[in-house]
Amino acid sequence: MIELESLSAHFGNAAALRDANLQIRRGDRLGIVGESGSGKTMLALCLMGMAPDSAHLTGRLSIDGRDMATATERDWRQMRSRRVAMVFQEPMAALNPLRRVGDTVMEPMLLHENLSRAEARARALSLFEEVGILNPEQRLRQFPHEMSGGQRQRVLIALALACNPALLIADEPTTALDANVALRITDLLQRLARERDMALVFISHDLAAVARATQEIVVMYGGDMVERGPTAEVLATPQHPYTKGLLGARPDPAEAGRDANGKRRRLPTIPGSVPPLHGLPQGCRFAGRCPVELAHCADQRPVFTPTEPGRGAACHLLSETGHD
Amino acid sequence: MTDAPLLEVRNLTRRYKLPRQSLLRRSPVLTALEGAGFSLRAGETLGVVGESGSGKSTLARLIMAFERPDAGEVLFNGSDLHALSSEELRGLRRGFQMVFQDPFGSLNPRRRIGWSIAEPLRANGEETQVTYRVAEALEQVGLHPADAGKYPHEFSGGQRQRIAIARAIITKPALLVADEAVSALDVSVQAQILNLLMDLQDDLGLGMVFISHDLAVVASICDRVLVLQHGKTLESGPAADVLRAPEHPYTKTLLKAAGAHT
Ligand SMILES: Nc1ncnc2c1ncn2[C@@H]1O[C@H](COP(=O)(O)OP(=O)(O)OP(=O)(O)O)[C@@H](O)[C@H]1O
Ligand SMILES: Nc1ncnc2c1ncn2[C@@H]1O[C@H](COP(=O)(O)OP(=O)(O)O)[C@@H](O)[C@H]1O
Ligand code: SF4
Ligand SMILES: [Mg+2]
Ligand SMILES: [Mg+2]
Repeated sequence: MIELESLSAHFGNAAALRDANLQIRRGDRLGIVGESGSGKTMLALCLMGMAPDSAHLTGRLSIDGRDMATATERDWRQMRSRRVAMVFQEPMAALNPLRRVGDTVMEPMLLHENLSRAEARARALSLFEEVGILNPEQRLRQFPHEMSGGQRQRVLIALALACNPALLIADEPTTALDANVALRITDLLQRLARERDMALVFISHDLAAVARATQEIVVMYGGDMVERGPTAEVLATPQHPYTKGLLGARPDPAEAGRDANGKRRRLPTIPGSVPPLHGLPQGCRFAGRCPVELAHCADQRPVFTPTEPGRGAACHLLSETGHD
Repeated sequence: MTDAPLLEVRNLTRRYKLPRQSLLRRSPVLTALEGAGFSLRAGETLGVVGESGSGKSTLARLIMAFERPDAGEVLFNGSDLHALSSEELRGLRRGFQMVFQDPFGSLNPRRRIGWSIAEPLRANGEETQVTYRVAEALEQVGLHPADAGKYPHEFSGGQRQRIAIARAIITKPALLVADEAVSALDVSVQAQILNLLMDLQDDLGLGMVFISHDLAVVASICDRVLVLQHGKTLESGPAADVLRAPEHPYTKTLLKAAGAHT
């Protein structure tokens, strides 16, 4: 359904996204994780045809077999909301504060599907029910500021679903929410994808949420896709040093407490911090922070090495030791 | 070393009046915090968890004496902060400092960070050796003294949180109140900041009240935990016990959200 081949996005000489390869089929639930600045949003924007004008895109991107890498804004408008739709990181910014949320949700239906107002309203109502908004009749007439963060996120999901997209991209849909609400939104997205046989791309730096919502996972660092595979397997036995570092840094209640000397146990960390785009090494992006770095890592780019069917990582350690 | 608690909170209650629904009715009252109590010794950390609106920040503001409770006491080294004159309170303030959630919002974007870090010193009228003390605080949080001359936008999120911590420890407080101090950070940066707080606690013997909605984070740094819901204390006790055998279903939900397998 959607295919990316060597898709890159450059700002000047700096690559925010480097040779992304991806295939998304109907019903796939794909998680994308990585620290802030790793290129997750950039990737999502490319899939929506919404990359900033200052970004120079190269590579192939096709949707339903159509080449979209060179598509015009008009072509994209055809695709958006009917084929691909997105839930953005900041729910408040994505809703017009002066419009009733019902009108906002009905707009794409009126625009793209020529529904009558009554038909659009009926669909908006059933969408509100589907995404778990209580008292949907009343809620349709409310303004965004009259709702909680979790409710606003549900409205945005309803809006994204308005024209029955085949793919829903959710960019950090739970980051602004508190734990309980985040859990419910995560479960809602997962359920919707299943019930509608819709593909879901779930972008987050919350590994627990990604584990709940997705079957496949892609780990990004510095614009590169460094590891991928079935979510449960990658999280259980990470193969890329960055993935290992990321998982290790998560506080684990079982490891917490004080040692025999009464000193509190420290958390494992990844040394240093993500360099700015133009300061990233040309070879492996993780060089300089990697605890098992080899001499040539900073200059030579590791190739993506399959380790098992459907699994693999881009690291010199994997390509050099060989794998069966 | 004495066994007297550094901080003792007794039966703390805070109510807020909400806007009137109509002229005829009395304004509804929201009890943001009800009967909270605990004590904390130097070198110890108390974790406060609860979902949004449960009263965590309200508790923090009362401990910091930014606002007054409707009932209850906050004893810092034995003196009730809310019974003191504002003069007396000012004299004690350097002893307890706060680290906020949003380091960007709490740093003045137009001022060099050295100026922001020195703010608590100016507030206490301590004008001597300011440059030296800023440099010392920067080094304590793993930054460089020369960073004092830079502006907030030149730093990453994790570095800005270090700056906020430097500002909090510059008066050499005995108590640190951290409200969602790592919530906005990526896991790897979060781990670095948590370790920094543990280092500072070891080095300076700080007592800490650490507020977060993430139970896994709280468990990693706290000796004891207090769970709030709708302003009420649901349970409290040693972190290990609360995590191993949470008594309340709500605490179980928090554990689940933290990614723990229960
Ligand atoms: N100045 C105020 N006036 C009225 N209500 C208030 C005020 N400050 C807080 N509240 C209310 O008190 C309750 C507790 O708020 P508090 O800020 O302590 O929550 P919290 O646990 O820190 O939440 P969060 O995780 O979202 O920061 C909330 O219902 C809040 O709306
Ligand atoms: N319009 C832009 N101009 C220049 N750099 C940008 C622009 N948008 C994003 N970037 C850079 O691209 C990188 C990836 O950003 P982004 O995709 O937003 O990361 P994530 O969503 O993973 O946090 C970052 O280093 C960011 O600073
Ligand atoms: S390629 Fe080298 S630097 Fe990169 S992750 Fe592998 S070992 Fe580390
Ligand atoms: Mg992003
Ligand atoms: Mg708060």
